[in-house]
Amino acid sequence: MRVADKGRIDRGRPVSFTFDGRRFSGFQGDTIASALLANGVRTVGRSFKYHRPRGILTAGSEEPNALITIGDDPNQRATMVELSEGLRATSQNNWPSLRYDLLSVNDALAPFLSAGFYYKTFMWPRSFWEKLYEPVIRRAAGLGALSGASNSDPYEKAYAFCDLLIIGAGPTGLMAALSAGRSGLDVILCDEDFALGGRLLSETETVGGQAGADWVHAAEAELASLSNVRIMTRTTVTGAYDQGTYGALERVAIPGAPLACFWRIVAKNAILGAGALERPIAFPNNDRPGIMMASAVRSYLNRYGVATGQSVSVFGNNDGAHQTARDLIAAGVDVAAVIDTRADAAIEVDAPTYSGGQVVATSGRHGLQGITVEHSGGRRQIRTDCLAMSGGWNPTLHLTCHMNTRPQWSESIASFVPRSGAIPGLVAVGACDGVMDTAGCLKAGMEAAVALGASPQSLPEADAASYALTPFWMVEGKGRKWIDFQNDVHVKDIKLAAQENFRSVEHMKRYTTQGMATDQGKSSNVVALAVLADATGRGIPETGTTTFRPPFVPVPIAAMGAGAQGHGFAPKRLTTSHGATVARGAPVIEAGLWYRPSYFPQPGETTWRQSCDREVRMVRNAVGICDVSTLGKIDVQGPDAAAFLDFVYANTFSTLKEARVRYGLMLREDGHVMDDGTVARIGANQYVVTTTTAAAGQVMTHLEFVRQALCPAMDVQFTSVTEQWAQFAVAGPKARTLLNSLLDQPIDNEGLPYMGFAPVSVAGVDARLFRISFSGEHAYEIAVPARFGATLFRVLLAQAESMGGGPYGMEALNVLRIEKGFITHAEIHGRTTAFDIGMDRMISLKKDCIGQAAAQRPGLTGADRDQLVGLRAADGAIPAGGHVFAQRAEHIRINSAGYVTSTAYSPTLDQNIALGFLKDGRARHGETIVVVDHLRGIRTEVEVCDPVFFDPEGGRLRG
Amino acid sequence: MRISCPYCGERDRREFYYLGDAVYLDRPDRDAGAVAWDDYLHNRDNPAGITTDLWQHTPCGAWVKVTRDTTTHAISATAPVRDMS
Amino acid sequence: MGFSGFQVIKEALLGQKGWAPMWRDPEPKAEYDIVIIGGGGHGLATAFYLAKEHGLTNIAVLEKGYLGGGNVGRNTTIVRANYMLPGNSEFYSHSLKLWEGMEQELNYNVMHSQRGLINLFHSDGQRDAFVRRGNAMINQGDDAVLLDTDSVRDLLPYLDFENVRFPIYGGLLHPRGGTARHDAVAWGYARGADQRGVDLIQNCEVTSIDVTAGRVTGVQTTRGAIRAKKVAMVTAGRSGRVAAMAGIRLPIESHILQAFVTEGLKPCIDHVISFGMGHFYISQSDKGGLVFGGDLDFYASYAARGNLPMKEHVMEAAMTLMPMIGKARVLRSWGGIMDMTPDGSPIIDKTGIEGLYLDCGWCYGGFKAVPGSGFSFAHLIATDRHHEPAAKFRLDRFKTGVGLMDEESTGSQHNLH
Repeated sequence: MRVADKGRIDRGRPVSFTFDGRRFSGFQGDTIASALLANGVRTVGRSFKYHRPRGILTAGSEEPNALITIGDDPNQRATMVELSEGLRATSQNNWPSLRYDLLSVNDALAPFLSAGFYYKTFMWPRSFWEKLYEPVIRRAAGLGALSGASNSDPYEKAYAFCDLLIIGAGPTGLMAALSAGRSGLDVILCDEDFALGGRLLSETETVGGQAGADWVHAAEAELASLSNVRIMTRTTVTGAYDQGTYGALERVAIPGAPLACFWRIVAKNAILGAGALERPIAFPNNDRPGIMMASAVRSYLNRYGVATGQSVSVFGNNDGAHQTARDLIAAGVDVAAVIDTRADAAIEVDAPTYSGGQVVATSGRHGLQGITVEHSGGRRQIRTDCLAMSGGWNPTLHLTCHMNTRPQWSESIASFVPRSGAIPGLVAVGACDGVMDTAGCLKAGMEAAVALGASPQSLPEADAASYALTPFWMVEGKGRKWIDFQNDVHVKDIKLAAQENFRSVEHMKRYTTQGMATDQGKSSNVVALAVLADATGRGIPETGTTTFRPPFVPVPIAAMGAGAQGHGFAPKRLTTSHGATVARGAPVIEAGLWYRPSYFPQPGETTWRQSCDREVRMVRNAVGICDVSTLGKIDVQGPDAAAFLDFVYANTFSTLKEARVRYGLMLREDGHVMDDGTVARIGANQYVVTTTTAAAGQVMTHLEFVRQALCPAMDVQFTSVTEQWAQFAVAGPKARTLLNSLLDQPIDNEGLPYMGFAPVSVAGVDARLFRISFSGEHAYEIAVPARFGATLFRVLLAQAESMGGGPYGMEALNVLRIEKGFITHAEIHGRTTAFDIGMDRMISLKKDCIGQAAAQRPGLTGADRDQLVGLRAADGAIPAGGHVFAQRAEHIRINSAGYVTSTAYSPTLDQNIALGFLKDGRARHGETIVVVDHLRGIRTEVEVCDPVFFDPEGGRLRG
Repeated sequence: MRISCPYCGERDRREFYYLGDAVYLDRPDRDAGAVAWDDYLHNRDNPAGITTDLWQHTPCGAWVKVTRDTTTHAISATAPVRDMS
Repeated sequence: MGFSGFQVIKEALLGQKGWAPMWRDPEPKAEYDIVIIGGGGHGLATAFYLAKEHGLTNIAVLEKGYLGGGNVGRNTTIVRANYMLPGNSEFYSHSLKLWEGMEQELNYNVMHSQRGLINLFHSDGQRDAFVRRGNAMINQGDDAVLLDTDSVRDLLPYLDFENVRFPIYGGLLHPRGGTARHDAVAWGYARGADQRGVDLIQNCEVTSIDVTAGRVTGVQTTRGAIRAKKVAMVTAGRSGRVAAMAGIRLPIESHILQAFVTEGLKPCIDHVISFGMGHFYISQSDKGGLVFGGDLDFYASYAARGNLPMKEHVMEAAMTLMPMIGKARVLRSWGGIMDMTPDGSPIIDKTGIEGLYLDCGWCYGGFKAVPGSGFSFAHLIATDRHHEPAAKFRLDRFKTGVGLMDEESTGSQHNLH
């Protein structure tokens, strides 16, 4: 319930919301957690394994219990969700309702469900795992549920750069920011809360003679006035990465804006001022709703004006816990008891006190009703509906472990502190470094900034009370003493792990699931270690810790993957003819990042095959136009261009005459084929190299490597001009006629023979004309600067169509090249050698070249290898991906003699044909073998033949 | 991760392509024999500590020799693969 | 102690006091017949099969940290036998058969779940390649089913089929593919080996390998010298470092592979799904977390942690493929160290040193190989002959070019597999 005159909520602005369908009201400045507590709601969720009722434990992002679904967004921490009008929250992991959850039967069965029980059973009968056991376990497990619908909310990603990243805006971070900001450093100050101040918002202490929260307010105002300081609230730094890169998740609270932004922050230096987290004490049934961290009780009281109970008790092992009682009493809340485990504790509180006391039992299924205290005076039952516990504080050092440095144990605070240098460029100071008083934190923050070049500042006066505790981890006695609240790990589980020799801390964690819940053990790990240390007879430092890994808080996949949903995953590359292609109704397919037309349907055609067959015949009989701009084009220039190409290609280019074109085969250094293409010598020292569409980037990277790393003395330069030129194939018997209708100067067979090059002009535009063919027809490729591409395509089509021709797409292109036995990356797929495709003699031994030495390895040649062959079927399709077998051989692995790479129905030959690889295939032309596709149930007898099915003499090319 | 391109300055790792150990700079003679080529192409010292490897800064095309610690990712030096002057 | 439902109930009633240690913690002896360096999944499985199949029990497994603390404890738990090339086909097929009897063989529930693995394809060319792969699987005697787009939609209705950069043309379903509880595999083999008398020695780092006249004689460790007739190196992630102690330079470069798990969620993904265009693969653990991964970070590293570019790329792949998981939150990410070989396939072989054996180079596919690797490596160590299904995993194949198994067809650059 609310306490009058307390808190930083705006009581003039009520906000209504629902929880599990019930309507509630809170105020601006509340979290869902504070608003639920204000409304007396104590049970907010069910635990993971035993489905025990659980309430709010903390007031921060470490919350293990109060996970709720907001709208369609599961597993949100109620302690971090700001209240907003109309917000719909629902509880999780219960059925049919939060109060009556059927699976709470697990709690009754708990003796049978001990740590790791599932490794020891559910093995018989074998088939029952997938059919019965696993589905039941899966349904019982999990927390919240995804809606199943595609994400429909916007998310964003961004980069930021700064001199100094300050993580955490409590007293440490604020003082660091003030010092650095006043000194002119470029500062980013991040805090995961929606308000700056850290614990100062939740405590009653003063800073600089004013209320802590008022000092925060003044500091914030000053920082906001500095143009060199960027304040990022609601921003959790999630990970520390190499060279000063940090990931950060910003929860954006602006209507209509992206829900969250994932930041990549590059900082020359960073100060971690992340504070500390209070840790629980393990005592019997310490998980009832109403049992909370003492610091959280103070947060709800002082920051949100909420009393977390009508009669509150406090149980701790340190002086700080007592402040909880004093704050409550000052606010008029009844304090039933203050219990301190230390016999010598001086408890200066106006309430019943129990030094040397322990809570040994609690009662209340859906919310705490009472506790049993044992102390020197005996046992005592106390009616109380809220218990504030404190086992001390653990520094929030998680980020310092992200590069796998383990923290070190500090006896003075009985917890781990960061090792210096754990993250290059980052210093951890203040409470996250074990400094547990406000004055010390202010000083540490300033000094850290000064060490980075800020000028010293005068420090405000603040509380310097020493932090005194005696480690206390666990109350002995009957009953389950919970440690990992969400995963339902209790003391006995850890002892069982030790008993079964899971003594390594990593084994214990993995066996019991301790620390593997959504809070990653933020509250529970140190307690668990202490229990394991005790059970194994070691100290905590020898027991060691598990590794904290990023992210510090869970990050939505949609935030880190922002921008990729739908089409954003990869860039799109469009040719200059794309618009005209789509306008003609051609379906486009992805070719690498490019889009290319499949075929150009004509009226009356209902299948792709009809269009494809027509386009093939059109090219064979008239003329076809195809945009080939996607092939990589590299302009190579310089006195050593020829020598360079001789080195990067298997065959020779120094002997190529000017204005001539040659097919080139490029090997990887490991002796396998990298790529192929044509190379035109367009000047004495200038070549135009083409690559396949898929390998353009790889080839360019490779050439740069060879030039810079292996041939630094060569005077040669090159640049990719793929996008600068639009290039179109003009193929078919009427190709020259078509071109001559457009060229400013006509060409003839003598002037531009097969494999020739000529500079030409089209309507006054300089163009390049290559007489090359991927179809086996008399064909050219004409290239113009890309800005003329769309126009040229239109003109070419108009001319072609007037001559009985037209455009053709990838399907026809593929059929045409298979008919000619031309290879693509279906054949040179990366495991192919020059020998395999019958081109081993192209590797000129007159010179060294990339891949030559490795290609000589015995395994890369020989009859054992699969060799390129043609396959033709008298009847039936030849499935690509089918394996080939000798007739009568059993269709098993050891008999597989090869496979089909490319297949087509050839309208030219009226036959199904294919390319493939066959063991010792070149010696087996004429043999009949069987192609088997188990997947599609196809068996086709085929004849092995030369891969060139059509016009093997090549007369059409030269016509 | 951030790497200094000798020409462009410090850039995000996203701008770089990784090839492998700088042994790739010491290409054997084509007649060096199977062992030398096996060492060049396949076998690696693969140190857990300081190594020198080859990266390309793709926006400018420069191939860069990077001296790094494979256990910490700390980068101690970057240089062009060859003195191009 | 045998594990069974009866035992679980009995111990529940007796307060769990009867459970014995899962394995002993013996002091190392001065001499063993066989010393296995590396107490990960492969090393423990090797010890188990040496004992079970070959009756050899005077064996020590030396582990510098804790048992199962290497890549068997940090992976995406996928178990499959969907390889294309001879060598890999028969090996993984054999390994999967061992998986299918593992729980009964070990008397330990490793939660092997054959929920089906689906590889998606996004072009005609990719379909052809997957058809070839699927046929190779069936030739091997394993299972594969070709799915068209509609069949994929029936099984995985939550994928984005409409508004997507790389449309889904179909998929190759491997019904026997699935997942397992990774830690349990290590523990199960450890328990089985221990029960048969193998000494599992944790916190014992090998600092050098003793070789005399071309023959291995033992190892020096942080817990003293140990003589051995045979020494087996099974230290994927550190293979090069360990082999260097014997003066051997391996065809391996160490790389980081990151993986991710989300907070627990109610069941939403019932299969293992692999998305080649984004190099992304995902399944849901029995606990409810979405377990997923992507490609290497691509630079040589022993740091066992990765950087943001690949993390983001993996999340981007997730968002384009299955935008329904956008609101799932990544809870934890980690990096494993991968032995990357020049063809992406492993090595199980003798070395030039007599009595010294090598099992390494598992790239990022080692988890599913645990039983097969252990079985075949044990066979090699015990008999000095290659076990047929692993006979092609030779160390010298790169030098000769004979029998390369480059499934990714990317060539000898280590990080491209």
